[in-house]
Amino acid sequence: MELLNSILVKPFADMIAAPDFLLQVLWEGTVSGVLYALIALGFVLIFKSSRIFNFAQGIMVVFAALTLVGLHQNGVPALLAVPLTLVVMYVLAYGIERVVLRPLVNQPDIILFMATIGITLFLIGFGELIFGGENKRMITEELMIPTGSFEFEPFGGFVLMEQKDIVAVGGAILLVVALLIFLNKSKMGRAIRALGDDHQAALSVGISLSTIWVLVWFIAGVIALVTGIAWGARAGVSFALEVIAYKALPVLMLGGLESVSGAIIGGLAIGILEKLFEIYWGQPLLGGNTETWFAYVLALTVLLFRPQGLFGEKIIERV
Amino acid sequence: MTTAPAPSADTASPILEVNNIEVIYDHVILVLKGVSLSVPRGGITALLGANGAGKTTTLKAISNLLHAERGEVTKGNIQFDGEEVQSLSPNDLVRRGCIQVMEGRHCFSHLSVEDNLLSGAFTRRDGASAIRDDLELVYSYFPRLKVRRNSQAGYTSGGEQQMTAIGRALMSRPKMILLDEPSMGLAPQLVEEIFEIVKKLNEEQEVSFLLAEQNTNVALRYAKYGYILESGRIVLDGEAASLRENEDVKEFYLGVAGDGRRSFKDVKHYKRRKRWLA
Repeated sequence: MELLNSILVKPFADMIAAPDFLLQVLWEGTVSGVLYALIALGFVLIFKSSRIFNFAQGIMVVFAALTLVGLHQNGVPALLAVPLTLVVMYVLAYGIERVVLRPLVNQPDIILFMATIGITLFLIGFGELIFGGENKRMITEELMIPTGSFEFEPFGGFVLMEQKDIVAVGGAILLVVALLIFLNKSKMGRAIRALGDDHQAALSVGISLSTIWVLVWFIAGVIALVTGIAWGARAGVSFALEVIAYKALPVLMLGGLESVSGAIIGGLAIGILEKLFEIYWGQPLLGGNTETWFAYVLALTVLLFRPQGLFGEKIIERV
Repeated sequence: MTTAPAPSADTASPILEVNNIEVIYDHVILVLKGVSLSVPRGGITALLGANGAGKTTTLKAISNLLHAERGEVTKGNIQFDGEEVQSLSPNDLVRRGCIQVMEGRHCFSHLSVEDNLLSGAFTRRDGASAIRDDLELVYSYFPRLKVRRNSQAGYTSGGEQQMTAIGRALMSRPKMILLDEPSMGLAPQLVEEIFEIVKKLNEEQEVSFLLAEQNTNVALRYAKYGYILESGRIVLDGEAASLRENEDVKEFYLGVAGDGRRSFKDVKHYKRRKRWLA
């Protein structure tokens, strides 16, 4: 009885009793959710256009952030370091297409998946070699990202929002909107969607695989840079950042590997739900630290009922 | 030293020439055992044969889509518009005006009909307004597609999907379309409609066609010349009209027996005819 009460009643009573605190929790959840969504989006784009499950997405976040900080440490002004990092990400995308993807085209999926593990290991080694393995500070101020905070007093309570989090959320939304417009309105975007639908047919109308792959990996690189800046500003830049990629896995299970909107909604859902669970159920009942596993449990539960994920692409079958 | 023939200057030369090609899948499976054929500029040529005879493989060898299926042309050569095909990617070939419409339509099912058509213009560099004009042209040939332009292609009917696939190929401004089994799974009336449009495109847009078909009857009525393929070899070829009159074609492909049923034992097997076009 006591237990049921603390699971089913007390958490909700707490939420109602302190709505300002609930709001704070929701905001924190949204911020991490947006970042999960971004990473998942990188996965989805590459998977859609090449059926490759890109294990290297997480390390690309680290590599982009490291490059940015590393360039700045070597005397490049911060605002110049950003475009330079983008150039590096483009070169990386081009190199991956040339050296890894092109020779392996038409090989079984598992081989390409293994190849992305190879890319991961290469980027870890290469990144350490050039920029060193120690923890670095993200160049937040130098990029003119405000670091102050706003305070609100809703419901007679108190909510604090860090300005850099607001910038991160705003930047992520802008990026996603730009991406959606690009995918739906431009010729290249149409080709990416076509390739995702039917590989053979895309080849037959002359869509060039290599062009699209370089483009898609570059977009994934841009997403990685934005995620790297936002996450680095909160937690510093180190190889430990890679673990947020593992947070994208349950997002993908939840949202479906092929769905852009699934990645966004799945990311937000996991970000918010895991924070709520941690604060209202995890800490009082389980001693906290539930954020590491909650997302997986949630995703597995969803998989039991919807194997294609919540928003997985419906296979159009005509009878 | 050899002077390449000037492309398209000479209207008498065939637009496509396939010389004695052999195709092997996965390094072991021999599928084509020396196929030769040619398609005249502005012609409609039919490639006939039963399931598994090698029609699709022949077309894919020409459009260079074989690589995607681990197939390889190991002997012979293919020339499109005076140029060797083997060294070109599918993308290069589409750019040069040779495009394949694959068997089973292969529309992009989650894209709208209009997006499907526009994706056919991927290789073009002549600007948005020219592409818009061609879109209208395609709609004038396939008015039904205009009505359904915003529906997802996967939800349209089989006939509409076939039209979308042909329209999509047209958007690349091809000189030649390799059309694989356009009649597959369509009602006879619709088959007739599709072939009428093929004929119109051939006459008005001067597109040459190589047509792989199982439906020998329809194909021979619209084509000018035909080749019959049997287990990886060309066993018979000739003017469409004369093929229609051929007793064996009648019996095996058109289903009209001359004098009662014959036992399969009596069937005359065509010996391989060596061809020395190469």
